[in-house]
Amino acid sequence: MMVVTALAVVRMRSLFAVAMLSGVFSLLSALLFVTLDAVDVAFTEAAVGAGISTVLMLATLALTVRYERHSTHSPAVPLFVVLVTGAALVYGTLDMPNFGAADAPVQTHVGPDYLERSPHEIGVPNVVTAILASYRGHDTLGETAVVFTAGIGVLLLLAGLARRRREGDPIEGEDAD
Amino acid sequence: MRHHLILRVITKFLAGTIMLFALYVQFHGDYSPGGGFQAGVIMAVAFILYGIVFSVADVQRVFPPWLVHKLVAAGVLVYAGTGIFSLFMGYNFLDYSALSPHHPEHGQHWGILLVELGVGITVTAVMVAIYYAFVGRTPLISDEEW
Repeated sequence: MMVVTALAVVRMRSLFAVAMLSGVFSLLSALLFVTLDAVDVAFTEAAVGAGISTVLMLATLALTVRYERHSTHSPAVPLFVVLVTGAALVYGTLDMPNFGAADAPVQTHVGPDYLERSPHEIGVPNVVTAILASYRGHDTLGETAVVFTAGIGVLLLLAGLARRRREGDPIEGEDAD
Repeated sequence: MRHHLILRVITKFLAGTIMLFALYVQFHGDYSPGGGFQAGVIMAVAFILYGIVFSVADVQRVFPPWLVHKLVAAGVLVYAGTGIFSLFMGYNFLDYSALSPHHPEHGQHWGILLVELGVGITVTAVMVAIYYAFVGRTPLISDEEW
């Protein structure tokens, strides 16, 4: 189903439908994460990918045109790059352990250690939260800083454009409306 | 969207419910899936939904842009402040045992709650700020265009 959605996204010209379909794609991958028992990741994917991203894409859409222009260059080179990357990724999955295998690296590496230690060291039932906020607290601080920086960056970009437009300067590459 | 009666009534009902769910995800993150990132996004969705169905001016009266911009930084400060606090108490940076030296487990609980709160505040504020920035420069679309 995800493949069908992705193909539809590539074929469509109406950007509104593409934004909606990418939301559908996110929701489907959230289902995939649920199948893999990664509920926290699925939650994030459903909220961020299917929810906020779609809204922001629609907001962007309101600023631009609603239909994609036909591209002028040949699709051969991008197609070649995509095929080679895809083949490399599929080749990589050949080495992966079977779904739910008990001797997979993810079950034998640091996972059991965390599962064993977190109940009496942290005392929080959700081990994901314990790892995220306590054992890996520095990483999460970094992630928060990344969100902060990204937000500031977008604000600066958009606010700068808005101010220039208010002053009446025409912005390059944009139709005067 | 002034004339969409059903949308407006349902939104009034849903916005509060969504916020309540966001708070649940935020503070129940220790026990069930979820945490600051997810809760922040859900909380932002409540404001954005309100902004879409009513108007940006309406939602900005509830959650003014200057407050949003302050909260973007405040979340990171809450997180980093928790770490600095544990430094001052003589523990490592972000070692939450400092919050309750006699019961390290309680300290961990409090620490996780605090840093997740910081994450949630930043994510909410960033999402709402980006939404404001986008709609702030959008020419209003008439309903027929959709």
